[in-house]
Amino acid sequence: MSVSATGRVVPAWRGAWLRVEGYWAWYRRYWKSNVYSTGLQPVLFLLAMGLGFGSQVQAGPATGGLSYVHYIAPALLVSAALQNAVGESTYPVLSGFKWQKDYLAVTATPVTPGQVLGGHLIWVALRLLLAGTAYAVIALLFGAWLNAGAVLVVLVGAATGLACAAPVTALAAVTYDEGTRFNALFRFVVMPMTLFAGTFFPIEQIPLALRWLAWISPLWHGNELARGATLGGLAPVAALGHVAFLAALFAVGAYLARRSFYRRLVV
Amino acid sequence: MVQAKALVKRFGDFEAVRGIDVEVRRGEAFGFLGPNGAGKSSTMRMIASVSPRSDGDLRILGMDPNVDGPRIRARLGVVPQQDNLDNELTVRQNLQVYGRYFGLSRAHVRRKAVELMEFAQLTDRAEDEVEPLSGGMKRRLTIARALVNDPELLLLDEPTTGLDPQARHLLWDRLFRLKAQGVTLIVTTHYMDEAEQLCDRLVVMDGGRIVAEGSPADLIRRYSTREVLELRFPPGAQAPVDAVADLADRVEALPDRLLLYTATGDAALEQVHQRGVRPLSTLVRRSTLEDVFLRLTGRTLVD
Repeated sequence: MSVSATGRVVPAWRGAWLRVEGYWAWYRRYWKSNVYSTGLQPVLFLLAMGLGFGSQVQAGPATGGLSYVHYIAPALLVSAALQNAVGESTYPVLSGFKWQKDYLAVTATPVTPGQVLGGHLIWVALRLLLAGTAYAVIALLFGAWLNAGAVLVVLVGAATGLACAAPVTALAAVTYDEGTRFNALFRFVVMPMTLFAGTFFPIEQIPLALRWLAWISPLWHGNELARGATLGGLAPVAALGHVAFLAALFAVGAYLARRSFYRRLVV
Repeated sequence: MVQAKALVKRFGDFEAVRGIDVEVRRGEAFGFLGPNGAGKSSTMRMIASVSPRSDGDLRILGMDPNVDGPRIRARLGVVPQQDNLDNELTVRQNLQVYGRYFGLSRAHVRRKAVELMEFAQLTDRAEDEVEPLSGGMKRRLTIARALVNDPELLLLDEPTTGLDPQARHLLWDRLFRLKAQGVTLIVTTHYMDEAEQLCDRLVVMDGGRIVAEGSPADLIRRYSTREVLELRFPPGAQAPVDAVADLADRVEALPDRLLLYTATGDAALEQVHQRGVRPLSTLVRRSTLEDVFLRLTGRTLVD
C-alpha cells in the first residue's frame, strides 16, 4: 500500500496570511480580555487628559489655537498604537520561540520563518487598525475630531506602531532569557517616549539640548503626521520626512527580524 | 524515503552527528536508538528539513532539503519531543488551524479534524481547550496534528516519553494502524520495548555515530545471547564472578548482581547451584534490545 500526502507548498503571502487566520481563531476566543488594553485605555486617557485636565488648558499658540482635547486626540491614538505594537512584539514573540513554541510547530510545515514573521507583523497591523478604529469612533462621540482626517490618523497610528513592532520583534527574536529586557524597554524607552515625544505638549517646550531625543523617537514623527492629518499645518516636505523616518525604521527592523528568525528557527 | 550519506551536523566546534549513513525505505518503521546526546534529535531535525546539514548528502522523498525544504515538509508529519500545541485553542481548532498551513481548504481541514479526533479518541473533548488536557491526550493530539496532511513519512521524536502504560499502548496501537496504511515511520526512543514493538529496522547511535544496525532480532542475535541469567547477591557481598565465568558466553558484574549471557539460562542456573553458589535470587529471561543497547553504549550515565 502506498499513501500520498495532501499537503502542498503555500505561496509567500498566503503563508503569512494563514498565520493571521490562526491568530484570528485565537482572538475570537479572547477578544474580551483584549478590549481594555487596546480600546478602553486610550479612551480613558482622552477623558482624563483631554476633557478633564484639558478643561484647565487655555487654547493658545502651543495648541495651534485649538482646544486641548482636539490637540491630543490624534496623538493619543498614535501613542496607544505604539504601546500596543511594542507589547505584541515582546513576550508574545519570545513565547513563539521559547514557551508556547508555536513558531517551531509552524515551521515544521511548509510555512517558512519569513512567513511566520510576516504573519506576525500583518497581525499586529490589523490589531492596530481595529483598536485605532474603535478609539476613533468613541472619540467621535466626545467630539474630539475636527474633520474626516481622523480616518488618516488611524492609518498613521497603525503605521507608527508597525514601524516600532519590526525592531522590537527583532529584539525579541534574539532574547533567550525570560525577557527582563522588555521591562527595561517599557520603562526607559516607551514610557518616556509617551510622555515627552509630543503627545501631551509640543516638544518646543523641551530644552534644545534634549530635544533631539524627541526627534529620534518614532512617536514624535507619528504624532506630527497624525496632527497634520486632522489639524493641518504640516508642510508636505516635513510630512515626507516623517514618513521616510518611519519607513526606514520599519525596513531596518524587518530586515534584522527576518535574519534573527531564520537564525533561531533554522539551526 | 530517506537517504543519508556521511551526514554531519556541527554546532560551532561541537560535532553532534559525525558522518552517518542511513537509508529508510518506503513503508517501514525505522528507529534511532541511543543515549542522550547521541545525535538522534539532530538527525531527526535534519530529516524534518528544519535544520541544514553541515556536511554530507541527504535526500528526503528524493529531494534535497536545502533546496526543497517547504516541498518536503508538505509531505511530512512531525511529532516533536515536546508538545507544542496551541494551548489556548480548542482541540478541534488546533487541528484545523495547523492543517491550513499545509495549503488545505477549510472544508478539507474541517473533515480531517473530525476524522483525526476519532483516531486520537478525543472526539468528546473537541471543543475543550488544550491546556487542561492530560499528558496522554496532548500527545495523542500532537500525533493527530502531525497526520493532518496525510503524510507519507511520519517523524516521531520520543513519542511516548512521560506517558503511562495505558497511553503508551494506545499510541503504539495507533502507530501500527498507520504503518498498516503504508505510512513510513521514523522513531527515536530510548525505550527498548518501544523499539522492539515498533521498529522493523533500527540503528543504535552513540556519540554522533552509528554503532549498530539491523532488525531488533538481528541485533539481539549479533550482540547478545538468546537468554540471560541474572543472579542477585546480598548488598555488599562479593559476587563470585570467577566461579561462574565459564558458564556463559559473557558475564557482566554489576553491584550485587551478575548477568550471565547464555543460550540456555536454565542449564546455566543448574550448574551454578551444583557449584555451591547461593545467590539471593535468580531470574532466567530472554535477551532484549536493552541488553544490546547497554552493551553497545555502556552503562555510564550520560547527561
